[in-house]
Amino acid sequence: MRGFLLNRLSQSLVLLLIVSVIGFVVLNLIPGGPLAQFGLDPSMTQDDLNRLKEQLGLNRPLWMQYLDWAWRLVQGDWGHSFRDGAPVLDVIGRHLVATLLLMGSSTVIAIAIGTWIGIRGATHRYSVFDYLATVGAMVALSIPTFWFGLVGIYVFSLRLGWLPAGNMYTIGDGSALNYLHHLIMPSIVLALVHVAIWSRYMRTATLDVISQEFVKTARAKGLSERRILMKHVVGNALLPMITLAGMQLPSVLTGALVTETVFTWPGMGRLFLDSLGYSDYPVVMGLLMFSAILVVLCNLIADIVVAIIDPRIRLS
Amino acid sequence: MTAIVANSRQERWWNSRTAHRFMNHHLALLGMVMIAVLTLACVLGPYLLPYDSLYIDLRARFAPPFTGHHYLGTDPLGRDLAARLFMAGRISLLVGFSAMLLSTLIGTLVGVLAGYRGGWIGTTLMRTVDGFLSFPSIFLVLALAAALKPSPMMITVVIAATSWMEVARIVEAEVRSLREREFVQAGRMLGLSGTHIMFREILPNAVGPIIVAATLTVARAILMEAYISFLGYGIQPPLPSWGNMLNGAQQYLGSAPWLAIIPGAAITIAVTSFNFIGDGLRDAFDVRGDHT
Repeated sequence: MRGFLLNRLSQSLVLLLIVSVIGFVVLNLIPGGPLAQFGLDPSMTQDDLNRLKEQLGLNRPLWMQYLDWAWRLVQGDWGHSFRDGAPVLDVIGRHLVATLLLMGSSTVIAIAIGTWIGIRGATHRYSVFDYLATVGAMVALSIPTFWFGLVGIYVFSLRLGWLPAGNMYTIGDGSALNYLHHLIMPSIVLALVHVAIWSRYMRTATLDVISQEFVKTARAKGLSERRILMKHVVGNALLPMITLAGMQLPSVLTGALVTETVFTWPGMGRLFLDSLGYSDYPVVMGLLMFSAILVVLCNLIADIVVAIIDPRIRLS
Repeated sequence: MTAIVANSRQERWWNSRTAHRFMNHHLALLGMVMIAVLTLACVLGPYLLPYDSLYIDLRARFAPPFTGHHYLGTDPLGRDLAARLFMAGRISLLVGFSAMLLSTLIGTLVGVLAGYRGGWIGTTLMRTVDGFLSFPSIFLVLALAAALKPSPMMITVVIAATSWMEVARIVEAEVRSLREREFVQAGRMLGLSGTHIMFREILPNAVGPIIVAATLTVARAILMEAYISFLGYGIQPPLPSWGNMLNGAQQYLGSAPWLAIIPGAAITIAVTSFNFIGDGLRDAFDVRGDHT
């Protein structure tokens, strides 16, 4: 286990290093680079800009600038928002809960429905249900998330009036029920794609497990099909899904950004777009790095969890 | 060496098992037909319609579909939606297709190099792939698209620059498994250069998985263009794209829902078709793994 942990940790560190290099390249691709903010200010002369460059050390070689930038990142000094001067990490923190709420609830929906469809598809292979699930998954993967959201708003908010068209809560009503009411549609919209992905992988994983010897043994013991499925198949098939959940995180974040835009949900995705609109590059860069670090860490955690549950992995 | 190659060329491709399996895949055929119809409509449609995509019919603003002279209705400026849909389709399909070509090229180069050379070059390249995959793609695309001048060309490059990793992974795995095979060793023994072995001997054997990945990349590129254009950072008006037609549609959702429904349906049909074709090709080439 120690060897596995050390190996996996060092991999993640290398990955974080590469992620930071990519982030730094993007930062310097922005016109004006780190000084983009001042380029728009008419009261700044070229002399002022040059002086600032000197002061901030932007005329040093790129690798020195990178080390400096990365070191501040590690220390938690992610710069300040152009809009209100608040530290970037604080700004992100203010929007984190809303995004986690949305991502969490849609992941629960995706796992619950996706697991059911996947297992049923595997146990009733080549049935009408399996065929429809396969085709349905491909169509679901092809529907633009924002369009699905717009159609949802049209049907359930504007036509039927059942669900709110946006925001996280009604102003003046902060009850849990009110939050839940606002959460339903965005989380279902965000879940659609992941129901499709999850069900396909779950089907494959279940088929893999069903064909193994120990399932045959369980049948030979005379266990009922239901018991075999519940006790022996599902648990084993769900194991690789933990890794999948970690791997799907970037795509969930992408979906969250689009969903939050359509439903004016005050999360990280919405913040990213607003900051982009205001050319608030420190926040944009902060969110870019924050999401990538989140992804690396969650993948690390997923792998460790799998290794704890499954001794085959940590011993190999 | 050449004899073997020549021999395998004898078989006509349309008689091959791969082609037969593909032709028996009903969804893939449906996808092919839909893409053909859509492409034809986008190429010829604008010439057949009575209205130009930029003609402003002020007396027919917000005309609903299937009423009056505008087959699919009009937008808030009174422009013909059908004409705009077809013109937008040209841009969206072109961007999706070009982005696929570019990202497949990058992915193949990186994958072949990493898989064949291995060692620290291979490790560095594949860790870079992992690094790119750690970013939620839309964050990266938006940051780049906002920073650079948004022309269709630049959007294509940005989408390609953030979607080559899947192809690289697939090609790398394929090349790594082929690297130690006899025909490669024979090539080395004959004194062929590394480049020749990589691209002339190994790469042709990995064509199946590359074509499958490329088809699915078209689907993803069209979706990505739609996302960023919808958010206002992709193709800029007056040039229409399926994504930017939806850009202003949300505010008219109550009064003119067709503005949102029609372009979105076009995107969904195009992307579904490419995904169907990709699925059919995967079965036909017998590519293992479930990448949906």
